[in-house]
Amino acid sequence: MADVKYTQEHEWIRVEGGVGTIGITQYAQEQLGDVVFVELPQVGRKVAKGEACAVVESVKAASDIYAPVSGEVTEANTGLTDAPGDVNAEPTGKGWFFKLKLADKSELDGLMDEAAYGAFVKSLA
Amino acid sequence: MVQSLDRSQGRLGGVTAGATATPATFTGNRGLQLEEPLIFEMGQPGRCGVDLPEPPKAKDRLNGLRRAGEIGLPGLSEPQVVQHYTRLSQKNYAIDMGVYPLGSCTMKHNPRLNEKVARLAGIGDLHPLQPVSTVQGALELIDRLAHWLKTLTGMPAVAMSPAAGAHGEMCGMMAIAAALAAKGERAKRKIVLAPESAHGTNPATAAALGFTVKPIPANDRGRVDLSALKAALGPDVAAIMLTNPNTCGLFENEIIEISKAVHEAGAYFYCDGANFNAIVGRVRPGDLGVDCMHINLHKTFSTPHGGGGPGAGPVVLSAALAPYAPYPWVVKDGDTWRIAEEGASVGSAAPLGRLKAFHGQMGMFTRALAYIMSHGADGLKQAAEDAVLSANYVMASLKDVMSPAFHGPCMHEALFDDSFLKDTGVSTLDFAKAMIDEGYHPMTMYFPLVVHGALLIEPTESQAKEDLDLFIGALRSLADRAKSGKDVEAFKAAPQFAPRRRLDETLAARKPVLRWRPSNNPPEGDPLKQAAE
Amino acid sequence: MRYLPLTDADRRDMLAVIGARSVDELFEDVPASARLLGKVAGLPDHQGELEVERTFQTFAAKNVSPATAPFFIGAGAYRHHVPATVDHMIQRGEFLTSYTPYQPEITQGTLQYLFEFQTQVTLLTGMEVANASMYDGSTATSEAVLMANRITRRHKAVISGGLHPHYRRVIETAARWEGFSTAACQGDADGLEDLIARVDKESSCVVVQNPSFFGHVRDFTRLAAACHAVGALLIVVVTEVVALGLIKPPGEMGADIVVCEGQSIGNGLGFGGPYVGLFATREKYMRQMPGRLVGETVDAGGKRGFVLTLSTREQHIRREKATSNICTNAGLCALAFTVHLTLLGEAGFRRLAELNHAKASELADRVSSVPGIELVNDSFFNEFTVRLPGPAAPVVEALADRRILAGVPVSRLIPDDPAMENLLLLAATETATEHGVAPLVAGLKEVL
Repeated sequence: MADVKYTQEHEWIRVEGGVGTIGITQYAQEQLGDVVFVELPQVGRKVAKGEACAVVESVKAASDIYAPVSGEVTEANTGLTDAPGDVNAEPTGKGWFFKLKLADKSELDGLMDEAAYGAFVKSLA
Repeated sequence: MVQSLDRSQGRLGGVTAGATATPATFTGNRGLQLEEPLIFEMGQPGRCGVDLPEPPKAKDRLNGLRRAGEIGLPGLSEPQVVQHYTRLSQKNYAIDMGVYPLGSCTMKHNPRLNEKVARLAGIGDLHPLQPVSTVQGALELIDRLAHWLKTLTGMPAVAMSPAAGAHGEMCGMMAIAAALAAKGERAKRKIVLAPESAHGTNPATAAALGFTVKPIPANDRGRVDLSALKAALGPDVAAIMLTNPNTCGLFENEIIEISKAVHEAGAYFYCDGANFNAIVGRVRPGDLGVDCMHINLHKTFSTPHGGGGPGAGPVVLSAALAPYAPYPWVVKDGDTWRIAEEGASVGSAAPLGRLKAFHGQMGMFTRALAYIMSHGADGLKQAAEDAVLSANYVMASLKDVMSPAFHGPCMHEALFDDSFLKDTGVSTLDFAKAMIDEGYHPMTMYFPLVVHGALLIEPTESQAKEDLDLFIGALRSLADRAKSGKDVEAFKAAPQFAPRRRLDETLAARKPVLRWRPSNNPPEGDPLKQAAE
Repeated sequence: MRYLPLTDADRRDMLAVIGARSVDELFEDVPASARLLGKVAGLPDHQGELEVERTFQTFAAKNVSPATAPFFIGAGAYRHHVPATVDHMIQRGEFLTSYTPYQPEITQGTLQYLFEFQTQVTLLTGMEVANASMYDGSTATSEAVLMANRITRRHKAVISGGLHPHYRRVIETAARWEGFSTAACQGDADGLEDLIARVDKESSCVVVQNPSFFGHVRDFTRLAAACHAVGALLIVVVTEVVALGLIKPPGEMGADIVVCEGQSIGNGLGFGGPYVGLFATREKYMRQMPGRLVGETVDAGGKRGFVLTLSTREQHIRREKATSNICTNAGLCALAFTVHLTLLGEAGFRRLAELNHAKASELADRVSSVPGIELVNDSFFNEFTVRLPGPAAPVVEALADRRILAGVPVSRLIPDDPAMENLLLLAATETATEHGVAPLVAGLKEVL
């Protein structure tokens, strides 16, 4: 059963068998507005937890995406090059950004679960 | 090259969903609002707008690299060229048309005397590399302006070559880097402190020079938090970058304590001079302890904004930074002028290098000096006072219907946040677009970033009180209408009377079309989609 | 005071609304030690137009205008004839006094002419995409090097000895303070330098100029291939943009970035500024470009319109991570450029270039027939190098005393180099006439 965790920077990570799929949340895409471009990390790159490794651009803003956990990039969602709007349409589905092979599963413990993230977002209002 | 010409960029039957009912026209034109194609859609091979003589037969010395094939430039006659650019010009708002309240931009009147003197034969047509003996008057002109800038700011030196404000920032921060390098502290001092309200060019410049930018928080009066600043200062800090008055339109009342603390910590004080118009002639930045300050000649000193340039950003320098000023500079030797360009001519100075080819934005020097001499010391002081008076008048006249971001008087610009629009369904963007229909260019929006939905109004000293009153009246009406909650759709659909309605910026960024091509089809786009906020 | 509309009565009324007794109250935040007693000392008071004009006419009278003397100076700025229409268009208040098109609905004039400008720049350079201008050719070149560093993630720029010395210094200044290195070649007066040998896997880019500072016209196709083979970018600089009317453009030689000084078209000499930098590249590098970009789109009514786009690269959004700190660029100079180029069109621009080459070709023959003067170039466009029997700087001074503006001694831009001392740069544009050439030739004969 896939386990979804969340960061305070509004990234989600869904882990299946040691590989995490990462994207931004519904709240984040709403805040950004129409996404026009996504800059993805190269496959093979090793990233540390909290390291900026991708950029999502809307018309008026550019936000860094930080790796929720450490690992090695195994896949990047190149479909976003032609369809950046997927991030707005399905931020947790086809709008995913990249996949990581986790270096240390225990890093997931420090992240929020769905309920905690929901409360966090409410507190921002 | 496309031959025929469909001038109508509108659809026949003109009115589309979401618009108010304005009558359709066959041409897509609306009275004096004329649709205009691209030059590439107007050209014909047999046309030319100049008459040049037949080139004489001459030996070809192009190394066999003669250009083959068409360049693809369209051919237009002179009347067509004049009509094209005249029609284009009529789609632009400009200072010449009325209030242009862009905060931080100082959209003051651009005097036409400036234009006249800049075009004088013997000034406008000189080559920068003519023998110095043949340009003595030009060098004297530059020196005269330099003297005014130094005296007005109370600073001993000025670097004249930067081409714009951001270029001046680069110059000032490079001078600081050079001073640190001379002391062997370049590697030790890597941090630059800047408020979160700073203009984006400040951190961009610092980062380019290898500094790490750390934010300094503001206090609840909107000024730099002095104790937080003192806590942040240390042996690893190179400089602080401050704007004064700051980007919220407020004078940093603790600026002398700030500069003392910065200097005691062994760091330098860069001042962004974009808001100099508030204090010119009344306060000298040199008396406030700054080490360098760039001056936007196209803001404070009226050189025209020209649709986004050209500007000029001379930088006044303290005695500590003067030795590092970039070359070239003008030197007086007895009765004659020369230019210190590089090599032996720079003498014992340790210039940071060269920022630009040739000498500087001479055309802007001429214009700025004409403005400065027209105003004089008394007029400049009056201009600053009128600018501050006008902004406070706007603030006082709107504070009951709009929401000032800070209490108390402002300097030359009035800052509001969007709390007066709370729960109305109307955003800062919608409010600004509605101003367009009322005949005004909107104020600066969403800057500074520290205020939510910021609206920053800088009227300048160039508006008659009657015109300010009309402007204020329009804003009051719009604020009332927004708060009534009744006409949200009208705000969302604005502007409706401008040459274009809201443009799809998402489409422009997702599918960038940055040039005309023969094969360009009209870009796809949902006419009902509004630009993202 | 003619620029200040407020009257004393207005000021009183406004103070009453504000609730302040005097304007001094509004300056209360100024520290006491910085408050001046009255206006700034040591400066004159306001003046009327007549007095100000007189001052400027006095400045002007002390200069020798190129219109009044035989004139052959180039070296990166060129005297061309600008049609009268150009100034009339840029003087229209809607262009002169408008600003950056932040509100596109009411600045379609500016946005459309910049879109046309961008297109013209791609056509001239043979490249795919161009920005809406930079300050000038020298700063555009420096920005191109920074862009190449970003793209290749390398930190060493190789600089041709044919690059304008001021441009070289601007790059070196950026390198010194922004943390990258440069490898610059000696002044390439003979036009024979071999850059292919100088490019390696550590190079981010090679920067060449065509025609070179000394006037040579070269084909850089092989150099482009050599750069690409090691993952470096080729940056080609053009300081005389009229040359692109007659010479194979850098885009057709494989350049990755092309930067030009646009001053020759639409913008007079102006004693060095303001000028206009042109910047063009390949589409794949579009998002790495500095400066403003205008893009096409539609409005809510379905009509074609133009907007600033890809702004997230720029300082006001990206801040520390911006591609450049540039904000204001060269708007009105870009307008002058595009109006002039539109008047010229395909036929006019090509003919202008032919005229320039013909005039320079003739001048080269006349000058090199003077005993002692040797023409260095086999190839050139409208500017070439001659070698004099002795130092060139005093010759130019002597001719200036005779009111002849006889080119630029190379030693002015490359001082302290004996190999450059006897070299003189001479340019001839469509403005050169027999009335200028004859005195130059006679003057050279006399002085040498």
